[in-house]
Amino acid sequence: MIGSSDRGAEGVELVKLFSRRRTWVAILLLNLLPTTVAVLLAWTGIAPRPGSGPAFLAAVLANGSLFSIAALAIVLPLFLPIAVAVVAGESVAGEAEAGTLRYLLVRPVGRTRLLVRKFGAITTFVLVCVVSVVAVGYVVGRLLLGNAPLSTAMISLSGSALSPAQVAWRSVAAIGFITVSMLGVAAMALFLSTLTDSPQAASLGALAFLIGSSLLLTVDAARPLQPYLPTRYWLSFIDLYRDPILWSNLERGLALQGVYVVVLLAAAWANFATRDITS
Amino acid sequence: MRSAPPGSAESAADLTPEVVIHTEGLTKLFAGGVRAVDGIDLEVQRGDVYGFLGANGSGKTTTVRCLLGLVLATSGRIEVLGEAMPRRGASVLPRVGALVEGPAAYGHLSGHRNLVLQDASGRRPQGQLGGGRKDRGDRATEALAQVGLGAVGSRPVRGYSLGMRQRLGLAAALMRQPELLVLDEPTNGLDPQGIREIRELLSALNRTGTTIFLSSHLLAEVEQLCTRIGLLDRGQLVLQEPLARLRAPTGRVVVVSPDAARAAALLGGCVEHRDGERLLVKGAEPAVLNARLVSNGIRVSELGPERRRLEDIVEERTRRRSGEVPR
Repeated sequence: MIGSSDRGAEGVELVKLFSRRRTWVAILLLNLLPTTVAVLLAWTGIAPRPGSGPAFLAAVLANGSLFSIAALAIVLPLFLPIAVAVVAGESVAGEAEAGTLRYLLVRPVGRTRLLVRKFGAITTFVLVCVVSVVAVGYVVGRLLLGNAPLSTAMISLSGSALSPAQVAWRSVAAIGFITVSMLGVAAMALFLSTLTDSPQAASLGALAFLIGSSLLLTVDAARPLQPYLPTRYWLSFIDLYRDPILWSNLERGLALQGVYVVVLLAAAWANFATRDITS
Repeated sequence: MRSAPPGSAESAADLTPEVVIHTEGLTKLFAGGVRAVDGIDLEVQRGDVYGFLGANGSGKTTTVRCLLGLVLATSGRIEVLGEAMPRRGASVLPRVGALVEGPAAYGHLSGHRNLVLQDASGRRPQGQLGGGRKDRGDRATEALAQVGLGAVGSRPVRGYSLGMRQRLGLAAALMRQPELLVLDEPTNGLDPQGIREIRELLSALNRTGTTIFLSSHLLAEVEQLCTRIGLLDRGQLVLQEPLARLRAPTGRVVVVSPDAARAAALLGGCVEHRDGERLLVKGAEPAVLNARLVSNGIRVSELGPERRRLEDIVEERTRRRSGEVPR
């Protein structure tokens, strides 16, 4: 339990994370890719044919606000998880490498508590990343692409019209779903981060896990495994823009991430709580 | 050398000295069967400046890490400030300041910011130690001034020299005014001036009641500061005694004289050993011996009771093969 005398302490990991320039550079780079796509679209006016390319990209020339959703679809497969794996892989191993881990633990910060705080900070980082992509995508889309009035209805993937209010809450739900989708990778990187004193090794390990999963999704022979792969339901967030919303894959996606998070955090705890800190 | 342990006034008051660090059969086996620490029984009393000596690789750092709950002992019992470690770490460690195997800080933050963050990351100490959020900044400023970093506290640690980082590590250990300081090689990387300053700082803290556990391989440092010595050799504690007892006069008298040959002839069988102008005389009282030599017209340039140097004691007790790092 977190005692009242502990207030303020929970924010320390956030301060450490967001006081680093590298965190902001990661967020900047994350937004650079969709912005580049928007610039190219505005310049050439060539949108992918409907049904091809990242989701929603076909529609953004008409309605620029939709670019916020398109931007999410652009960063989701690779850029966002890389940023998450790097930050989460660094979390414990980075402290070990810098030697600050031993000082945190003798301060004392309980080992379980430290893991919880680290995971909390990573989750916040994911949320900041996703929200920034949506916000930047929206602004860039309005400025560079189709400048349709805000009241314009959006055509859902099912062909019916969605009011701006409906689009707004579905987008909030999408932000939540994508944030949760990243937590499996985050938990994997955090677990690896407790195994090694090298942040690079932890991040690369988490990326290997991710790339392996993406690869298996393309192999027919791996079909029995596919429902359990961590990246399987990531792009299901577009189901939020169907009418009515197609919940099944969204629910499976959330449940699957939940299982990964619980199992991997338990593994991280089992390893870290009894580990000799020799860094 | 100190004539009486600084804590003696306190311990005289309640007669039974309080044991601050106590281990029984502390053993740590690392993977691969390396016995880094082998059944050591430490005893550090309140008010001690305990010098924990040992060669590189003798197990000092592993012992320190066990005391602080960073490394989990394979067997044995550890009590720090009267409570079992590592089980009671949450209540023991807020009362302990530690410097373990070199300082560490976040390079992109200032020294002051590092101290504040480190303080904020843990539970607020209970009771009179106080030190909540409100005065955190002030305490950090004070700790920086204590170690002589007052002027550079606002600069990023990235630009600190090794000596400055060492001082910052000390400041972090001091910030909550701990009852016990566990310092592993605290003067590493400091210049002679810095070493003296730190020594004075530690003496002053000890006089105000802080118990200090100082692990070091610098005999001179330990000899000047410590009241008790523990000597570690290949994971085993081969010596644990008050420094004053170790360095008590041996009963022999050292005489240095340009007329050594005549002096030796005069004293006859009392001379145990002669080395050039230096004589080692047994069974004599220095003042009487001096009078006897001078009255016989023998010039004396130095005369005094023999005291053993710490270096000799350490050499005698460790069975170290020269030039070899043990395990």
